[in-house]
Amino acid sequence: MKEIHYQAIVEEVSEMCKRANYDLGDDVYTAFKKALSAEKSETGKEVLTQLIDNADIAKAERVPMCQDTGTAVFIVELGQDCHIIGGSLIDAINEGVSKGYGEGYLRGSMIYNPLNRKNTGNNTPAIVHIELVEGSELTLHMTAKGGGAENMSAMKMLKPSDGMEGVKDYILSIVKVAGPNACPPLVVGIGIGGNFERCTYLAKKSLFRSVGERNEDPAVAELEEELLNKINRLGIGPQGMGGSTTALDVKVEVESCHIAALPVAVNLNCHASRHQTTTL
Amino acid sequence: MQKKITLPLTDADLDSLKAGDRVLLSGTVYTARDAAHKRMTEQEKEGIPFPIDVAGQVIYYTGPTPAKPGEVIGSAGPTTSGRMDLYTPRLLEKGLKGMIGKGYRNEEVKAAIKQHRAVYFGAVGGAAALIARSIKAVEVIAYEDLGTEAIRRLTIENFPVFVINDVHGGDIYEQGVAQFRQDH
Repeated sequence: MKEIHYQAIVEEVSEMCKRANYDLGDDVYTAFKKALSAEKSETGKEVLTQLIDNADIAKAERVPMCQDTGTAVFIVELGQDCHIIGGSLIDAINEGVSKGYGEGYLRGSMIYNPLNRKNTGNNTPAIVHIELVEGSELTLHMTAKGGGAENMSAMKMLKPSDGMEGVKDYILSIVKVAGPNACPPLVVGIGIGGNFERCTYLAKKSLFRSVGERNEDPAVAELEEELLNKINRLGIGPQGMGGSTTALDVKVEVESCHIAALPVAVNLNCHASRHQTTTL
Repeated sequence: MQKKITLPLTDADLDSLKAGDRVLLSGTVYTARDAAHKRMTEQEKEGIPFPIDVAGQVIYYTGPTPAKPGEVIGSAGPTTSGRMDLYTPRLLEKGLKGMIGKGYRNEEVKAAIKQHRAVYFGAVGGAAALIARSIKAVEVIAYEDLGTEAIRRLTIENFPVFVINDVHGGDIYEQGVAQFRQDH
């Protein structure tokens, strides 16, 4: 049994929050450069140039790339032979978020209650999903998920008879409706299957994968490529002002579901696809 | 095509600006987002005037990150404007001449932009560290208790925006997408 101390998690989470907001990942940065060379719209090129400059400034000056420093979302892979000591895992994550967002001059965007809307002041609570895995390691995957793109996300329980075409049409319709609001170029996260709540989790989970990384299942990988191509033909472009880069990538996760069901969830991510992983 | 404009916007500026134009703005703008718009509107119904005279002014929809010591402001990119649509026609009626944000406006707002001769600018969503460099001074004007959502007066210099909706009914979200769409 491996023991991991509460405080070690606090420190690690705090650093992850800062890094996520200051250091745009190489995967996204490379995708910006690739998009800039392929983009047909002059306006779109100007937007992509600003985004590259912005990422450079954020990294060099240790400031957030976006003022929306996001909801802190964690997927925790907790080894079943790992024991957290000194406090609870959830408390440690929340304390780490509070510390990181405070020390890092990151914006607190969370409110106590959607109906009375008072800011908690430290960006807690984090949204934490725990997956129990074999082994004795604790792996933390974190994303700082922006509100604009999250607001344009959606899920639908399709009919099995809607089939593959129904799934594709639905995904495209959500990207179209989102247009400029979701801060394109997007990373489009898709869950297909599971049940009502599992499907949306799959869509979110897909966004933790690096831009450019395909699903291991060749058929799903092919669907990701096809959707990326179709989305980029919509013409929405960088920031929705027209162009050939509407999405940097599409991620699809597929799981089993009920014979009566065909759930599809589309979790949109803005171009600031911020994700961090660390293992304790 | 890039234009430089010093605020406040003149009638000539408003006539000349066309959807899709790239503009560098200098002068004064006020920040306000969801909670500030809601409070201004609710207070007006109770007979309390707006804390800023919006006539001739430009509002920037942003909720900046906290400023680091020695810095004027934190990162300060645009937030989604559509959430302010409910309140915007009243502000335009009161003489508001410009808005900076990102994303769609509804039909009512677009009609009010034409009717009251105003302009909707889009800044690049997410380019918050870059945009912060064009903000030279900041002063909290009202609703300090709202924190990041307080109303601030910003002095800006060469703040980069695009014209989204102009006084002539132009809309770059419609025109630009129509130009590049390949799915028909």
